[in-house]
Amino acid sequence: MALLGAEVNVGDLVFRGFAALFAVSIVLVLGAMALQMWVAARPSIAHSGWHFVVGRDWDPVRDSFGALPFIYGTVVSSLLALTIAVPISLGVAVFLTEVAPPWLRSPVSFLVELLAAVPSVIYGLWGIFALAPFLRNHLEPLLGKTLGFLPLFQGPHQGFGMLAGGIILAIMITPTISSVSREVLRAVPDNLREGALALGATRWEALRHAILPYARSGIVGAIILGLGRALGETMAITMVIGNRADISASLFAPGYTMASVIANEFTEATGDIYLGALAEIGLLLFAVTLLLNVIARLLVWQVARAPEGARG
Amino acid sequence: MTQSVSLLGATTSARDSTRSSARTSAPPTTDQPKMRAEALKAYFGATEVLKGVTLPVASHTVTAIIGPSGCGKSTFIRCLNRMHEVVAGARVAGKVLLDHQDIYAPDVDPVRVRRRVGMVFQKPNPFPTMTIRENVLSGLVLNGLRPKDPGELVERALRQVALWDEVKDVLNRSGTSLSGGQQQRLCIARSLALEPEVLLMDEPCSALDPIATARVEELIHELRERYTIVIVTHNMQQAARVADFTAFFYLGELVEHDRTDVIFTRPSEKKTEDYITGRFG
Repeated sequence: MALLGAEVNVGDLVFRGFAALFAVSIVLVLGAMALQMWVAARPSIAHSGWHFVVGRDWDPVRDSFGALPFIYGTVVSSLLALTIAVPISLGVAVFLTEVAPPWLRSPVSFLVELLAAVPSVIYGLWGIFALAPFLRNHLEPLLGKTLGFLPLFQGPHQGFGMLAGGIILAIMITPTISSVSREVLRAVPDNLREGALALGATRWEALRHAILPYARSGIVGAIILGLGRALGETMAITMVIGNRADISASLFAPGYTMASVIANEFTEATGDIYLGALAEIGLLLFAVTLLLNVIARLLVWQVARAPEGARG
Repeated sequence: MTQSVSLLGATTSARDSTRSSARTSAPPTTDQPKMRAEALKAYFGATEVLKGVTLPVASHTVTAIIGPSGCGKSTFIRCLNRMHEVVAGARVAGKVLLDHQDIYAPDVDPVRVRRRVGMVFQKPNPFPTMTIRENVLSGLVLNGLRPKDPGELVERALRQVALWDEVKDVLNRSGTSLSGGQQQRLCIARSLALEPEVLLMDEPCSALDPIATARVEELIHELRERYTIVIVTHNMQQAARVADFTAFFYLGELVEHDRTDVIFTRPSEKKTEDYITGRFG
Protein backbone atom coordinates (compact mmCIF):
# COMPACT_ATOMS: atom_id res chain seq x y z
CA MET A 1 0.00 0.00 0.00
CA ALA A 2 1.29 3.38 -0.92
CA LEU A 3 1.73 5.62 2.02
CA LEU A 4 1.77 8.78 0.00
CA GLY A 5 -1.48 8.78 -1.98
CA ALA A 6 -3.31 11.64 -0.36
CA GLU A 7 -6.77 10.23 0.07
CA VAL A 8 -8.92 12.99 1.51
CA ASN A 9 -10.99 11.78 4.43
CA VAL A 10 -14.28 13.50 3.76
CA GLY A 11 -15.83 12.59 7.12
CA ASP A 12 -13.03 14.22 9.06
CA LEU A 13 -13.10 17.27 6.86
CA VAL A 14 -16.81 17.83 7.33
CA PHE A 15 -16.56 17.17 11.05
CA ARG A 16 -13.76 19.66 11.43
CA GLY A 17 -15.60 22.24 9.39
CA PHE A 18 -18.74 21.98 11.49
CA ALA A 19 -16.91 22.00 14.81
CA ALA A 20 -14.98 25.10 13.78
CA LEU A 21 -18.17 26.77 12.57
CA PHE A 22 -19.93 26.22 15.87
CA ALA A 23 -16.94 27.41 17.84
CA VAL A 24 -16.62 30.55 15.77
CA SER A 25 -20.34 31.28 15.97
CA ILE A 26 -20.09 31.73 19.75
CA VAL A 27 -17.38 34.32 19.31
CA LEU A 28 -19.41 36.03 16.60
CA VAL A 29 -22.50 36.18 18.81
CA LEU A 30 -20.49 37.74 21.60
CA GLY A 31 -18.97 40.27 19.24
CA ALA A 32 -22.33 41.06 17.64
CA MET A 33 -23.90 41.66 21.04
CA ALA A 34 -21.17 44.06 22.05
CA LEU A 35 -21.40 45.88 18.76
CA GLN A 36 -25.19 46.10 18.85
CA MET A 37 -25.17 47.47 22.36
CA TRP A 38 -22.58 50.02 21.43
CA VAL A 39 -24.63 51.16 18.44
CA ALA A 40 -27.76 51.40 20.59
CA ALA A 41 -25.89 53.28 23.31
CA ARG A 42 -24.37 55.88 20.97
CA PRO A 43 -27.14 58.48 21.28
CA SER A 44 -26.84 58.33 25.05
CA ILE A 45 -23.05 58.50 25.00
CA ALA A 46 -23.26 61.59 22.81
CA HIS A 47 -26.00 63.13 24.96
CA SER A 48 -24.67 62.50 28.47
CA GLY A 49 -20.94 62.12 28.12
CA TRP A 50 -19.15 61.64 31.44
CA HIS A 51 -22.23 62.81 33.31
CA PHE A 52 -23.61 59.31 32.71
CA VAL A 53 -21.18 57.61 35.10
CA VAL A 54 -20.84 60.39 37.68
CA GLY A 55 -24.33 61.92 37.72
CA ARG A 56 -26.83 60.93 40.41
CA ASP A 57 -30.04 62.11 38.76
CA TRP A 58 -32.02 59.65 36.69
CA ASP A 59 -34.89 61.59 35.22
CA PRO A 60 -36.05 60.25 31.85
CA VAL A 61 -38.77 62.90 31.59
CA ARG A 62 -36.17 65.65 31.45
CA ASP A 63 -33.67 63.55 29.51
CA SER A 64 -31.28 63.66 32.41
CA PHE A 65 -29.42 60.40 32.81
CA GLY A 66 -26.97 59.93 35.65
CA ALA A 67 -26.48 56.22 36.24
CA LEU A 68 -24.32 56.44 39.34
CA PRO A 69 -27.02 55.15 41.73
CA PHE A 70 -27.33 51.98 39.65
CA ILE A 71 -23.60 51.50 39.48
CA TYR A 72 -23.44 52.09 43.22
CA GLY A 73 -26.28 49.63 43.86
CA THR A 74 -24.70 46.92 41.74
CA VAL A 75 -21.29 47.34 43.32
CA VAL A 76 -22.51 47.54 46.91
CA SER A 77 -24.98 44.67 46.67
CA SER A 78 -22.32 42.50 45.02
CA LEU A 79 -19.66 43.35 47.59
CA LEU A 80 -22.13 42.68 50.38
CA ALA A 81 -22.92 39.33 48.76
CA LEU A 82 -19.21 38.49 48.60
CA THR A 83 -18.70 39.46 52.24
CA ILE A 84 -21.35 36.96 53.24
CA ALA A 85 -20.72 34.26 50.64
CA VAL A 86 -16.92 34.00 50.62
CA PRO A 87 -16.43 32.71 54.18
CA ILE A 88 -19.36 30.33 53.84
CA SER A 89 -18.24 29.03 50.47
CA LEU A 90 -14.66 28.53 51.54
CA GLY A 91 -15.89 26.74 54.65
CA VAL A 92 -17.97 24.43 52.48
CA ALA A 93 -15.10 23.80 50.06
CA VAL A 94 -12.58 23.08 52.82
CA PHE A 95 -15.07 20.88 54.63
CA LEU A 96 -15.75 18.87 51.49
CA THR A 97 -12.11 18.36 50.52
CA GLU A 98 -10.28 18.19 53.82
CA VAL A 99 -12.60 17.40 56.68
CA ALA A 100 -15.76 15.53 55.73
CA PRO A 101 -15.80 11.74 55.78
CA PRO A 102 -15.90 10.39 52.21
CA TRP A 103 -19.50 9.17 52.39
CA LEU A 104 -20.71 12.67 53.22
CA ARG A 105 -18.85 14.45 50.44
CA SER A 106 -21.00 13.78 47.41
CA PRO A 107 -24.41 14.34 49.06
CA VAL A 108 -23.31 17.64 50.54
CA SER A 109 -21.69 18.92 47.36
CA PHE A 110 -24.78 17.81 45.43
CA LEU A 111 -27.03 19.80 47.74
CA VAL A 112 -24.84 22.89 47.53
CA GLU A 113 -24.79 22.71 43.75
CA LEU A 114 -28.55 22.25 43.75
CA LEU A 115 -28.76 25.81 45.04
CA ALA A 116 -27.44 26.92 41.67
CA ALA A 117 -30.24 25.09 39.90
CA VAL A 118 -33.05 26.95 41.66
CA PRO A 119 -34.55 29.53 39.24
CA SER A 120 -33.79 33.04 40.36
CA VAL A 121 -37.45 34.06 40.38
CA ILE A 122 -37.97 31.47 43.12
CA TYR A 123 -35.25 33.15 45.16
CA GLY A 124 -37.05 36.43 44.53
CA LEU A 125 -40.37 35.06 45.79
CA TRP A 126 -38.68 33.61 48.82
CA GLY A 127 -37.06 36.99 49.36
CA ILE A 128 -40.44 38.76 49.23
CA PHE A 129 -42.35 36.35 51.44
CA ALA A 130 -39.72 35.11 53.88
CA LEU A 131 -36.50 37.10 53.83
CA ALA A 132 -37.83 40.68 53.73
CA PRO A 133 -40.33 40.22 56.63
CA PHE A 134 -37.62 38.47 58.64
CA LEU A 135 -35.20 41.33 58.04
CA ARG A 136 -37.81 43.96 58.85
CA ASN A 137 -39.03 42.34 62.05
CA HIS A 138 -35.92 40.66 63.42
CA LEU A 139 -32.52 41.13 61.84
CA GLU A 140 -32.65 44.86 61.06
CA PRO A 141 -33.90 45.87 64.54
CA LEU A 142 -31.17 43.68 66.03
CA LEU A 143 -28.43 45.15 63.82
CA GLY A 144 -29.76 48.65 64.49
CA LYS A 145 -29.59 48.08 68.21
CA THR A 146 -26.13 46.50 68.33
CA LEU A 147 -24.27 48.12 65.43
CA GLY A 148 -26.47 51.18 64.97
CA PHE A 149 -23.55 53.54 65.59
CA LEU A 150 -22.34 52.64 62.09
CA PRO A 151 -24.04 54.54 59.24
CA LEU A 152 -24.46 51.15 57.55
CA PHE A 153 -27.10 50.09 60.02
CA GLN A 154 -29.15 53.24 60.53
CA GLY A 155 -32.57 54.31 59.31
CA PRO A 156 -36.01 52.77 59.17
CA HIS A 157 -36.43 49.00 58.97
CA GLN A 158 -38.04 48.29 55.65
CA GLY A 159 -37.03 44.75 54.81
CA PHE A 160 -36.72 45.50 51.11
CA GLY A 161 -33.37 47.09 50.44
CA MET A 162 -29.68 46.64 49.92
CA LEU A 163 -29.32 44.14 52.77
CA ALA A 164 -32.01 41.86 51.38
CA GLY A 165 -30.45 42.11 47.93
CA GLY A 166 -27.00 41.27 49.25
CA ILE A 167 -28.24 38.25 51.18
CA ILE A 168 -30.17 36.86 48.22
CA LEU A 169 -27.13 37.30 45.99
CA ALA A 170 -24.92 35.66 48.61
CA ILE A 171 -27.08 32.55 48.58
CA MET A 172 -27.06 32.49 44.81
CA ILE A 173 -23.30 32.78 44.38
CA THR A 174 -22.33 30.37 47.17
CA PRO A 175 -22.61 27.30 44.90
CA THR A 176 -20.39 28.93 42.28
CA ILE A 177 -17.65 29.93 44.70
CA SER A 178 -17.74 26.74 46.71
CA SER A 179 -17.73 24.33 43.80
CA VAL A 180 -14.91 26.09 41.97
CA SER A 181 -12.88 26.40 45.18
CA ARG A 182 -13.48 22.73 45.82
CA GLU A 183 -12.06 21.84 42.42
CA VAL A 184 -9.09 24.08 43.08
CA LEU A 185 -8.41 22.51 46.47
CA ARG A 186 -8.72 19.08 44.94
CA ALA A 187 -6.10 20.02 42.37
CA VAL A 188 -3.57 20.62 45.15
CA PRO A 189 -1.16 17.67 44.96
CA ASP A 190 -1.68 15.14 47.74
CA ASN A 191 2.02 14.96 48.46
CA LEU A 192 1.99 18.56 49.72
CA ARG A 193 -0.77 17.70 52.16
CA GLU A 194 1.11 14.58 53.27
CA GLY A 195 4.37 16.45 53.44
CA ALA A 196 2.86 18.94 55.85
CA LEU A 197 1.13 16.30 57.95
CA ALA A 198 4.31 14.24 58.16
CA LEU A 199 6.06 17.28 59.61
CA GLY A 200 3.65 17.20 62.51
CA ALA A 201 1.17 19.73 61.19
CA THR A 202 -2.42 19.56 62.29
CA ARG A 203 -5.03 19.54 59.54
CA TRP A 204 -5.57 23.24 60.07
CA GLU A 205 -1.88 24.05 59.93
CA ALA A 206 -1.44 21.99 56.78
CA LEU A 207 -4.36 23.84 55.23
CA ARG A 208 -3.12 27.24 56.22
CA HIS A 209 0.57 26.91 55.44
CA ALA A 210 0.73 24.40 52.61
CA ILE A 211 -2.61 23.98 50.87
CA LEU A 212 -4.21 27.43 50.82
CA PRO A 213 -1.07 29.24 49.65
CA TYR A 214 -0.86 26.83 46.73
CA ALA A 215 -4.55 27.24 45.92
CA ARG A 216 -4.71 30.97 46.54
CA SER A 217 -4.91 32.31 43.01
CA GLY A 218 -7.49 29.69 42.08
CA ILE A 219 -9.63 30.63 45.04
CA VAL A 220 -9.40 34.28 44.06
CA GLY A 221 -10.59 33.17 40.64
CA ALA A 222 -13.55 31.36 42.19
CA ILE A 223 -14.47 34.49 44.11
CA ILE A 224 -14.31 36.61 40.98
CA LEU A 225 -16.56 34.14 39.16
CA GLY A 226 -19.03 34.52 42.01
CA LEU A 227 -18.71 38.27 41.79
CA GLY A 228 -19.44 38.13 38.08
CA ARG A 229 -22.62 36.24 38.76
CA ALA A 230 -23.65 38.68 41.48
CA LEU A 231 -23.09 41.69 39.22
CA GLY A 232 -25.25 40.30 36.48
CA GLU A 233 -28.05 38.77 38.54
CA THR A 234 -31.34 40.48 37.71
CA MET A 235 -34.60 38.83 38.67
CA ALA A 236 -34.11 37.91 42.29
CA ILE A 237 -32.46 41.15 43.28
CA THR A 238 -35.00 43.26 41.42
CA MET A 239 -37.70 41.66 43.54
CA VAL A 240 -36.12 42.52 46.88
CA ILE A 241 -33.81 45.53 46.57
CA GLY A 242 -36.57 48.16 46.60
CA ASN A 243 -35.82 49.73 43.21
CA ARG A 244 -35.18 53.32 44.19
CA ALA A 245 -32.46 55.18 42.35
CA ASP A 246 -30.82 56.59 45.43
CA ILE A 247 -27.43 56.44 47.06
CA SER A 248 -27.73 55.84 50.76
CA ALA A 249 -25.08 54.83 53.25
CA SER A 250 -27.53 52.58 55.06
CA LEU A 251 -27.88 48.97 54.00
CA PHE A 252 -31.49 49.09 55.21
CA ALA A 253 -32.40 51.65 52.52
CA PRO A 254 -33.70 50.59 49.12
CA GLY A 255 -31.39 50.76 46.15
CA TYR A 256 -31.33 49.88 42.49
CA THR A 257 -28.95 47.89 40.33
CA MET A 258 -27.83 48.20 36.73
CA ALA A 259 -29.43 44.93 35.73
CA SER A 260 -32.68 45.78 37.54
CA VAL A 261 -33.16 49.15 35.88
CA ILE A 262 -32.73 47.65 32.43
CA ALA A 263 -35.30 44.95 33.20
CA ASN A 264 -37.78 47.37 34.78
CA GLU A 265 -37.62 50.30 32.39
CA PHE A 266 -36.86 48.84 29.01
CA THR A 267 -40.49 48.21 28.04
CA GLU A 268 -41.55 51.74 28.86
CA ALA A 269 -38.51 53.51 27.51
CA THR A 270 -39.31 55.97 24.76
CA GLY A 271 -36.96 57.87 22.55
CA ASP A 272 -33.47 57.13 21.35
CA ILE A 273 -31.76 58.77 24.27
CA TYR A 274 -33.68 56.90 26.97
CA LEU A 275 -33.21 53.57 25.17
CA GLY A 276 -29.60 54.49 24.56
CA ALA A 277 -29.10 55.18 28.24
CA LEU A 278 -30.37 51.73 29.16
CA ALA A 279 -28.18 50.20 26.47
CA GLU A 280 -25.21 52.10 27.84
CA ILE A 281 -25.84 50.64 31.28
CA GLY A 282 -25.98 47.25 29.62
CA LEU A 283 -22.73 47.91 27.84
CA LEU A 284 -21.00 48.89 31.09
CA LEU A 285 -22.29 45.80 32.85
CA PHE A 286 -21.31 43.60 29.93
CA ALA A 287 -17.79 44.94 29.85
CA VAL A 288 -17.27 44.60 33.59
CA THR A 289 -18.59 41.03 33.84
CA LEU A 290 -16.69 39.93 30.75
CA LEU A 291 -13.47 41.34 32.10
CA LEU A 292 -13.97 39.79 35.53
CA ASN A 293 -14.73 36.39 34.03
CA VAL A 294 -11.61 36.45 31.90
CA ILE A 295 -9.48 37.31 34.92
CA ALA A 296 -11.14 34.62 37.01
CA ARG A 297 -10.68 31.91 34.40
CA LEU A 298 -7.03 32.78 34.02
CA LEU A 299 -6.49 32.52 37.75
CA VAL A 300 -8.27 29.18 38.03
CA TRP A 301 -6.35 27.75 35.10
CA GLN A 302 -3.10 28.80 36.61
CA VAL A 303 -3.68 26.48 39.58
CA ALA A 304 -5.30 23.61 37.73
CA ARG A 305 -2.66 23.46 35.02
CA ALA A 306 0.51 24.34 36.86
CA PRO A 307 2.70 21.26 36.85
CA GLU A 308 4.66 20.81 40.01
CA GLY A 309 7.82 22.78 39.99
CA ALA A 310 6.62 25.22 37.38
CA ARG A 311 5.48 27.73 39.95
CA GLY A 312 7.63 30.46 41.39
CA MET B 1 21.81 2.43 74.15
CA THR B 2 22.30 5.59 76.14
CA GLN B 3 24.41 7.39 73.65
CA SER B 4 24.13 11.11 74.23
CA VAL B 5 25.34 12.45 70.95
CA SER B 6 24.84 16.17 70.71
CA LEU B 7 22.45 17.06 67.93
CA LEU B 8 24.68 19.90 66.93
CA GLY B 9 27.61 17.94 65.70
CA ALA B 10 29.13 14.69 66.85
CA THR B 11 32.88 14.70 67.08
CA THR B 12 34.88 12.95 64.46
CA SER B 13 35.96 10.19 66.78
CA ALA B 14 32.40 9.44 67.80
CA ARG B 15 31.43 9.28 64.14
CA ASP B 16 34.26 6.90 63.32
CA SER B 17 33.58 4.60 66.20
CA THR B 18 29.87 4.46 65.46
CA ARG B 19 30.49 3.59 61.90
CA SER B 20 33.13 1.00 62.60
CA SER B 21 30.98 -0.65 65.22
CA ALA B 22 28.16 -0.87 62.74
CA ARG B 23 30.38 -2.20 60.01
CA THR B 24 32.85 -4.58 61.54
CA SER B 25 33.08 -5.41 65.21
CA ALA B 26 30.14 -6.06 67.55
CA PRO B 27 27.16 -6.26 65.21
CA PRO B 28 24.16 -4.20 66.24
CA THR B 29 21.35 -5.97 67.99
CA THR B 30 17.67 -5.35 68.36
CA ASP B 31 17.71 -5.93 72.10
CA GLN B 32 16.56 -2.43 72.90
CA PRO B 33 14.43 -1.35 69.99
CA LYS B 34 13.63 2.30 69.39
CA MET B 35 10.41 1.22 67.75
CA ARG B 36 8.61 -2.04 67.65
CA ALA B 37 5.59 -3.11 65.62
CA GLU B 38 3.50 -5.78 67.30
CA ALA B 39 0.98 -7.83 65.36
CA LEU B 40 0.47 -4.81 63.16
CA LYS B 41 -2.35 -5.07 60.67
CA ALA B 42 -3.32 -2.41 58.17
CA TYR B 43 -6.34 -2.13 55.94
CA PHE B 44 -7.57 -0.15 52.98
CA GLY B 45 -11.32 -0.50 53.32
CA ALA B 46 -11.89 -4.24 53.61
CA THR B 47 -8.53 -5.22 52.09
CA GLU B 48 -5.91 -6.35 54.54
CA VAL B 49 -2.55 -5.10 53.29
CA LEU B 50 -0.50 -5.93 56.38
CA LYS B 51 -1.29 -9.22 58.02
CA GLY B 52 0.14 -9.03 61.48
CA VAL B 53 3.73 -7.83 61.34
CA THR B 54 6.00 -7.91 64.38
CA LEU B 55 9.27 -6.13 63.80
CA PRO B 56 11.71 -4.37 66.12
CA VAL B 57 13.73 -1.38 64.91
CA ALA B 58 17.00 -0.97 66.77
CA SER B 59 18.03 2.43 67.96
CA HIS B 60 20.58 4.28 65.82
CA THR B 61 20.56 1.76 63.04
CA VAL B 62 19.32 1.68 59.49
CA THR B 63 16.64 -0.88 58.80
CA ALA B 64 15.78 -1.58 55.19
CA ILE B 65 12.42 -2.94 54.17
CA ILE B 66 12.55 -4.85 50.91
CA GLY B 67 10.03 -6.85 48.95
CA PRO B 68 8.18 -6.92 45.66
CA SER B 69 5.65 -4.25 44.70
CA GLY B 70 2.45 -4.46 46.67
CA CYS B 71 3.97 -6.38 49.56
CA GLY B 72 2.95 -3.71 52.06
CA LYS B 73 6.38 -2.23 52.70
CA SER B 74 5.29 1.37 52.16
CA THR B 75 2.14 0.81 54.16
CA PHE B 76 4.26 -0.58 56.95
CA ILE B 77 6.41 2.50 57.38
CA ARG B 78 3.41 4.76 56.98
CA CYS B 79 1.99 2.97 60.02
CA LEU B 80 5.10 3.89 62.01
CA ASN B 81 4.19 7.59 62.10
CA ARG B 82 0.44 7.24 61.72
CA MET B 83 0.43 8.49 58.15
CA HIS B 84 -1.46 5.40 56.95
CA GLU B 85 -4.70 6.61 58.50
CA VAL B 86 -4.52 9.91 56.58
CA VAL B 87 -5.84 8.14 53.50
CA ALA B 88 -9.63 7.84 53.41
CA GLY B 89 -10.82 4.37 54.38
CA ALA B 90 -7.47 3.29 55.80
CA ARG B 91 -7.30 1.68 59.22
CA VAL B 92 -4.78 0.04 61.50
CA ALA B 93 -4.93 -2.67 64.17
CA GLY B 94 -2.17 -3.81 66.51
CA LYS B 95 0.51 -1.87 68.26
CA VAL B 96 3.51 0.22 67.37
CA LEU B 97 5.77 1.05 70.28
CA LEU B 98 7.95 4.13 70.26
CA ASP B 99 10.19 4.00 73.31
CA HIS B 100 7.77 1.44 74.79
CA GLN B 101 4.76 3.68 74.35
CA ASP B 102 2.04 2.55 71.95
CA ILE B 103 1.54 5.29 69.36
CA TYR B 104 -1.91 3.88 68.60
CA ALA B 105 -3.09 4.23 72.20
CA PRO B 106 -6.32 6.25 72.30
CA ASP B 107 -4.80 9.19 74.17
CA VAL B 108 -1.91 9.63 71.74
CA ASP B 109 -2.04 12.61 69.39
CA PRO B 110 -0.82 11.57 65.91
CA VAL B 111 0.54 15.07 65.40
CA ARG B 112 3.00 14.53 68.25
CA VAL B 113 4.01 11.15 66.91
CA ARG B 114 4.83 12.69 63.54
CA ARG B 115 6.99 15.30 65.19
CA ARG B 116 9.17 12.58 66.68
CA VAL B 117 9.03 10.26 63.69
CA GLY B 118 9.80 12.18 60.52
CA MET B 119 9.17 11.03 57.00
CA VAL B 120 10.69 11.47 53.56
CA PHE B 121 8.56 10.51 50.60
CA GLN B 122 9.18 8.72 47.35
CA LYS B 123 8.69 11.82 45.28
CA PRO B 124 10.43 14.96 46.53
CA ASN B 125 7.70 17.27 47.80
CA PRO B 126 9.11 20.63 48.83
CA PHE B 127 6.40 23.24 49.27
CA PRO B 128 6.28 25.11 45.96
CA THR B 129 4.95 28.29 47.52
CA MET B 130 7.90 28.52 49.90
CA THR B 131 11.52 29.46 49.34
CA ILE B 132 14.33 27.03 50.09
CA ARG B 133 14.86 28.72 53.42
CA GLU B 134 11.17 28.64 54.28
CA ASN B 135 11.02 24.99 53.32
CA VAL B 136 13.72 24.12 55.82
CA LEU B 137 11.89 26.06 58.51
CA SER B 138 8.44 24.86 57.47
CA GLY B 139 8.30 22.09 60.03
CA LEU B 140 8.89 24.58 62.82
CA VAL B 141 6.44 27.10 61.40
CA LEU B 142 3.82 24.38 61.05
CA ASN B 143 4.30 23.49 64.67
CA GLY B 144 4.17 27.07 65.81
CA LEU B 145 7.79 27.09 66.93
CA ARG B 146 10.06 30.08 66.60
CA PRO B 147 13.72 29.17 66.35
CA LYS B 148 16.03 31.56 68.18
CA ASP B 149 18.43 31.76 65.30
CA PRO B 150 16.69 30.67 62.11
CA GLY B 151 19.67 31.46 59.91
CA GLU B 152 21.91 29.16 61.89
CA LEU B 153 19.27 26.42 61.94
CA VAL B 154 18.80 26.60 58.18
CA GLU B 155 22.54 26.38 57.62
CA ARG B 156 22.93 23.46 60.01
CA ALA B 157 20.07 21.48 58.47
CA LEU B 158 21.29 22.12 54.94
CA ARG B 159 24.87 21.20 55.89
CA GLN B 160 23.62 17.95 57.37
CA VAL B 161 22.27 16.97 53.99
CA ALA B 162 25.29 18.40 52.15
CA LEU B 163 23.15 20.89 50.31
CA TRP B 164 24.43 24.09 51.91
CA ASP B 165 27.24 24.78 49.46
CA GLU B 166 24.94 24.28 46.51
CA VAL B 167 22.12 26.55 47.67
CA LYS B 168 23.59 29.06 50.13
CA ASP B 169 23.37 31.85 47.56
CA VAL B 170 19.84 31.09 46.39
CA LEU B 171 18.04 30.53 49.68
CA ASN B 172 15.23 32.79 48.60
CA ARG B 173 14.46 30.87 45.45
CA SER B 174 11.50 28.54 45.29
CA GLY B 175 12.11 25.07 46.69
CA THR B 176 10.94 23.61 43.42
CA SER B 177 13.60 25.44 41.43
CA LEU B 178 16.15 22.81 42.52
CA SER B 179 16.95 19.55 40.75
CA GLY B 180 15.18 16.37 41.86
CA GLY B 181 18.09 15.15 43.96
CA GLN B 182 18.50 18.54 45.59
CA GLN B 183 14.78 18.69 46.27
CA GLN B 184 14.92 15.33 48.00
CA ARG B 185 17.83 16.46 50.15
CA LEU B 186 15.90 19.63 50.92
CA CYS B 187 12.99 17.47 52.09
CA ILE B 188 15.35 15.48 54.28
CA ALA B 189 16.72 18.73 55.71
CA ARG B 190 13.18 19.88 56.35
CA SER B 191 12.53 16.75 58.39
CA LEU B 192 15.85 17.00 60.22
CA ALA B 193 15.23 20.62 61.22
CA LEU B 194 12.58 19.28 63.56
CA GLU B 195 15.16 16.96 65.14
CA PRO B 196 13.07 13.82 64.94
CA GLU B 197 14.17 10.64 66.71
CA VAL B 198 13.26 8.35 63.88
CA LEU B 199 13.42 9.08 60.16
CA LEU B 200 11.25 7.05 57.81
CA MET B 201 12.21 7.04 54.15
CA ASP B 202 9.80 5.70 51.57
CA GLU B 203 11.87 4.79 48.51
CA PRO B 204 13.65 8.12 48.76
CA CYS B 205 15.84 7.49 45.73
CA SER B 206 13.37 6.02 43.28
CA ALA B 207 12.88 9.34 41.51
CA LEU B 208 16.59 10.22 41.50
CA ASP B 209 19.45 9.61 39.12
CA PRO B 210 22.41 7.43 40.17
CA ILE B 211 24.59 10.34 41.30
CA ALA B 212 21.85 11.88 43.42
CA THR B 213 21.10 8.40 44.77
CA ALA B 214 24.72 7.94 45.83
CA ARG B 215 24.61 11.26 47.66
CA VAL B 216 21.46 10.34 49.53
CA GLU B 217 22.90 6.96 50.46
CA GLU B 218 26.04 8.63 51.76
CA LEU B 219 23.81 10.91 53.76
CA ILE B 220 21.94 7.97 55.28
CA HIS B 221 25.28 6.60 56.50
CA GLU B 222 26.02 9.87 58.23
CA LEU B 223 22.58 10.28 59.71
CA ARG B 224 22.58 6.87 61.32
CA GLU B 225 24.62 8.02 64.27
CA ARG B 226 22.02 10.54 65.30
CA TYR B 227 18.79 9.06 64.09
CA THR B 228 17.08 5.75 63.80
CA ILE B 229 16.28 5.19 60.16
CA VAL B 230 13.81 2.92 58.44
CA ILE B 231 14.09 2.92 54.67
CA VAL B 232 11.83 1.24 52.15
CA THR B 233 13.61 0.32 48.96
CA HIS B 234 12.97 -1.84 45.94
CA ASN B 235 16.63 -1.79 45.17
CA MET B 236 18.39 -4.67 46.91
CA GLN B 237 21.85 -3.30 46.31
CA GLN B 238 20.77 -0.19 48.10
CA ALA B 239 19.57 -2.19 51.08
CA ALA B 240 22.87 -4.04 51.15
CA ARG B 241 24.80 -0.79 50.97
CA VAL B 242 23.04 1.26 53.60
CA ALA B 243 21.22 -0.99 56.05
CA ASP B 244 22.30 -2.68 59.27
CA PHE B 245 19.14 -4.75 59.29
CA THR B 246 16.96 -5.87 56.46
CA ALA B 247 13.39 -7.06 56.60
CA PHE B 248 11.85 -8.94 53.71
CA PHE B 249 8.11 -8.48 53.22
CA TYR B 250 5.96 -10.59 50.98
CA LEU B 251 2.20 -10.32 50.47
CA GLY B 252 1.67 -8.28 53.59
CA GLU B 253 3.71 -10.52 55.84
CA LEU B 254 7.17 -10.27 57.28
CA VAL B 255 9.05 -13.24 55.89
CA GLU B 256 12.42 -12.65 57.44
CA HIS B 257 14.26 -10.02 59.45
CA ASP B 258 17.92 -10.20 60.28
CA ARG B 259 21.24 -8.43 59.99
CA THR B 260 21.73 -7.32 56.42
CA ASP B 261 24.81 -9.45 55.86
CA VAL B 262 22.90 -12.50 57.03
CA ILE B 263 19.91 -11.79 54.82
CA PHE B 264 22.08 -11.36 51.76
CA THR B 265 24.48 -14.23 52.36
CA ARG B 266 22.64 -16.96 54.19
CA PRO B 267 18.91 -16.23 54.51
CA SER B 268 17.00 -18.83 56.43
CA GLU B 269 13.87 -18.67 54.34
CA LYS B 270 13.67 -20.07 50.83
CA LYS B 271 11.41 -17.18 49.81
CA THR B 272 13.99 -14.59 50.82
CA GLU B 273 16.68 -16.38 48.92
CA ASP B 274 14.51 -16.58 45.82
CA TYR B 275 13.77 -12.89 45.99
CA ILE B 276 17.29 -11.65 46.56
CA THR B 277 18.66 -13.88 43.85
CA GLY B 278 16.09 -12.43 41.47
CA ARG B 279 13.98 -15.52 40.97
CA PHE B 280 10.79 -13.51 41.44
CA GLY B 281 9.69 -10.01 42.20
